[in-house]
Amino acid sequence: MSTTIPGAATAEGSLPTQRGYWGTVGYRLRYDPVTLFFAALLLLIILSAIFAPLLAPFDPYQESIIRRLKPPGFRGHMLGTDELGRDVLSRLLHGGRITLLMGMVPVLVATLIGGGLGLVAGFAGGVVNAVIMRVMDVFYAFPSVLLAVAISGAMGGGVGNGMIALTLVFIPPLCRVAETATTQVRNLDFVDAARATGAPLRLVLWHHVLGNVLGPVLIYASSLTSVSVILASGLSFLGLGVKPPEPDWGLMLNALRQAIYVSPLVCAMPGIAILLTSISMNMLSDGLRSAMDVRS
Amino acid sequence: MFGYVVRRLLAAIPIALGVSMVCFALVYLAPGDPVQTLLPPDADAETVERLKRLYGLDRPLPIQYLEWLWRVMQGDFGKSIATGRPVLDEILRSLGNTVLLATLSVLIAFSVAFILGTIAGRRTGTWLDRIVTGIAVLGVSIPNYWLGIVLVIIFSVELMVLPASGMAGDTFDPTSWEHIQHVVLPVFTLSMIPVGIIARTTRSAVAEVMNQEFVVTLRANGLPEWRVLRHALKNALPPVLAVMGLQFGTLMGGSILVETVFSWPGSGFMLSKAILNRDVPVLQGTILVLAMIFVTVNLTVDLFQSSLDPRIRRG
Amino acid sequence: MMSATLMELDQRDRGGPQQPLLVVRNLRKHFPIRSGILGRVSAHVRAVDNVSFTVRKGETLGIVGESGCGKSTVARLLMRLINPDAGEQIFDGDAVGEHGGISVADLRRQVQMVFQDSASSLNPRMPVQNSIAFGPIAFGTPRVEAVGQARELLTRVGLNPALFGGRYPHELSGGQKQRINIARALAMQPRMIILDEAVSALDKSVEAQVLNLLQALKRSFNLTYVFISHDLGVVRWISDRVMVMYLGEIVEIGPADTIYTGARHPYTRALLASRPALDPDQRREEAPVSGDPPNPINPPSGCRFHTRCPHAEPVCASRAPSLGAEGEQAHRAACHMQDPASGHSQAIAA
Repeated sequence: MSTTIPGAATAEGSLPTQRGYWGTVGYRLRYDPVTLFFAALLLLIILSAIFAPLLAPFDPYQESIIRRLKPPGFRGHMLGTDELGRDVLSRLLHGGRITLLMGMVPVLVATLIGGGLGLVAGFAGGVVNAVIMRVMDVFYAFPSVLLAVAISGAMGGGVGNGMIALTLVFIPPLCRVAETATTQVRNLDFVDAARATGAPLRLVLWHHVLGNVLGPVLIYASSLTSVSVILASGLSFLGLGVKPPEPDWGLMLNALRQAIYVSPLVCAMPGIAILLTSISMNMLSDGLRSAMDVRS
Repeated sequence: MFGYVVRRLLAAIPIALGVSMVCFALVYLAPGDPVQTLLPPDADAETVERLKRLYGLDRPLPIQYLEWLWRVMQGDFGKSIATGRPVLDEILRSLGNTVLLATLSVLIAFSVAFILGTIAGRRTGTWLDRIVTGIAVLGVSIPNYWLGIVLVIIFSVELMVLPASGMAGDTFDPTSWEHIQHVVLPVFTLSMIPVGIIARTTRSAVAEVMNQEFVVTLRANGLPEWRVLRHALKNALPPVLAVMGLQFGTLMGGSILVETVFSWPGSGFMLSKAILNRDVPVLQGTILVLAMIFVTVNLTVDLFQSSLDPRIRRG
Repeated sequence: MMSATLMELDQRDRGGPQQPLLVVRNLRKHFPIRSGILGRVSAHVRAVDNVSFTVRKGETLGIVGESGCGKSTVARLLMRLINPDAGEQIFDGDAVGEHGGISVADLRRQVQMVFQDSASSLNPRMPVQNSIAFGPIAFGTPRVEAVGQARELLTRVGLNPALFGGRYPHELSGGQKQRINIARALAMQPRMIILDEAVSALDKSVEAQVLNLLQALKRSFNLTYVFISHDLGVVRWISDRVMVMYLGEIVEIGPADTIYTGARHPYTRALLASRPALDPDQRREEAPVSGDPPNPINPPSGCRFHTRCPHAEPVCASRAPSLGAEGEQAHRAACHMQDPASGHSQAIAA
């Protein structure tokens, strides 16, 4: 049955690049040293938070009246001690656990909820779309810092309430991105072609819509992680997140702030941790964005 | 155009109502009886009951909301628990200081970022472009409350050239050297994020315009480079101005952390004090006012943009 | 395999060779225009208005017209990708979507479509062989088998499956993508394929190759085509019969050769005249159509073409001409000049 068909034999052809979509993304990332560097840095930060109990040289809760606010290098305290004589390095390592958790969990949850709502709104259109998107518009009408502070402030602070507040902050923008992407994809011919096979709607959604919406949503979500870590630390900085004596970068920054005249270098440490984390997240997100652009 | 303006204004009404509902609901998010949050913690049971009736808290929620909305529209936001003064007075006293910070920050951010973005956008891919992009990433990655502390350490503690906190007076006086000194560090700190965002926007807007055919034509016609650039910038300006407007709204609501660092007597600092004192009426009122300002600014930017670009009106 | 395919096709042929594969009666689709502060429906775009035609088994029906005349809407209505406001659709004797007829899902299995924009008609995140296999897999063909069939089909459309099967759409040229689209349509083993401007975006040389491929596939798979295009030359080459549309209505329908040599409707003649003539001796009776078609939101009264017609008379603005019933004549035109009783001064004699 492989008889030649006129006009068929001359189809142009070039060498195949048989690499899957994610394969291509990975391949591109491998040759992007800047993104790789920040990915490694972020991995290092996350790993050191996970293994904080093993890595920390001191007990992060151990106070000492005589060792208050000592400079970096004092008797094995590599980054000095805080206002209660606790080892700053140990507290930073332990603090990363709560800060990163409080920063990343809301983005994850908001991606699931907001992305899901956006997908539904975009594909259903009509009244469903209008109801979902108008509710999102209301939350969009708050500056993100204000909304986070308002909700967690009204709920009385704490790590859990802070995470709920941040999740609520991130749902509307993620929903909007997912809705826009879905609406765009839905109107492309390949979705019509898939519908034209008579295939059930859920299969069309799963194979043809979701895959094309996932990319933009994930890229956007990755860019939010940096904002989320800064906001989460900011909430703790305002006294709305982690409660003392738990170690947390934002809270440490607030406590050490009182000591700028005594030990300025130590005061800056928690902020450096936040900065390194958020820069890594931003750079990684930018790298992913360009690597995931199939058309370039 | 007129129809579009009316449509946009009408569309803002349900959003404003939604915002007011969220603010109203804030009281009910608080743990425990909402009355408790309106009173000092040591209030006795009789006072609680009296206040419940006084504020109509024993009635159904929708009724309570409408009554609250009615009071708010007449400017009655309740009384501060901490100071006992009307919330509206407190907000009005502090709002101007925040407007001052946000305005100066956005103007400075725009001047710096527009130049940076133009340099980068004219020749994308060069080392200059990379430096500008790096600055932009740094601007949005840096926790500004930390940057504020670092600046205080450098300029107040070590160099002792600028004051660390406060405002030196109740209202800003641009002729007073002391007032100006106090405003430098907060404004610089607050302008970091807008610098990053505006530089990015300018860069991509300029890069896009530079690749358009009309610019290529201008070049081909032998126009001097600075005049080509002037044409290009004129076309790149509207989206940048729009982003600048949005940033102003964001700073108005987002200056809480920076104001706290510098003890700047604006609405953000007041908000953070209200949180510490569990002063819910002030919290609710301030957030409502700031969110409404944000909505208004966004609406203004939207209308401004559509007046420049007729394509948007159709959408 | 060939004979097996034919056997299967024969089994599905319920009405016999004389039963038209597709009958469309009074098809109508008006898109609402919303405007004003409250977004009320203020007007309708009359995309398709009262369109009736038949497609016979094994033929190619060409549909031509300027952009915006409703030909693509007709295609989407036939696939039920959008729902018609009114009208009947009968597929091989079975009413579509009605009790006792065939369901929309069954219709879609027997009718497939190839879209104009080859770039957006393939999922950018899917290797092309998976795009081809999607339909069969959705209907229960085991994955491995469906991909195997997809690779077989790639060969049939002239692409080496070893080279092209695992590629992504952005790694293919326009012509290659359109071959993939054709293979995807074939994967459902359809009886009819709607080609909506399927070759319009291609270079002329590639277009010729794809047209040849389409002709060959039609023979070997025993297909019926509805071929939609604005390119009159291509339509003439591939079609058995041609239908001319103007502002959502059929103005002329008939055998391809008759239409091209003896067009009866002034619009058809104008369209033909607007083609760049290769033969300098070709006579030009009719001036080419000038200007843009009127707005389909408020189409002209009477004959919709009267605003641009050189033969327009008062009767044309007041009364809409009839196309005539199907079956009367093979070649019919909706023009008062074709109706001796119309009162038009240039009407043909009875």
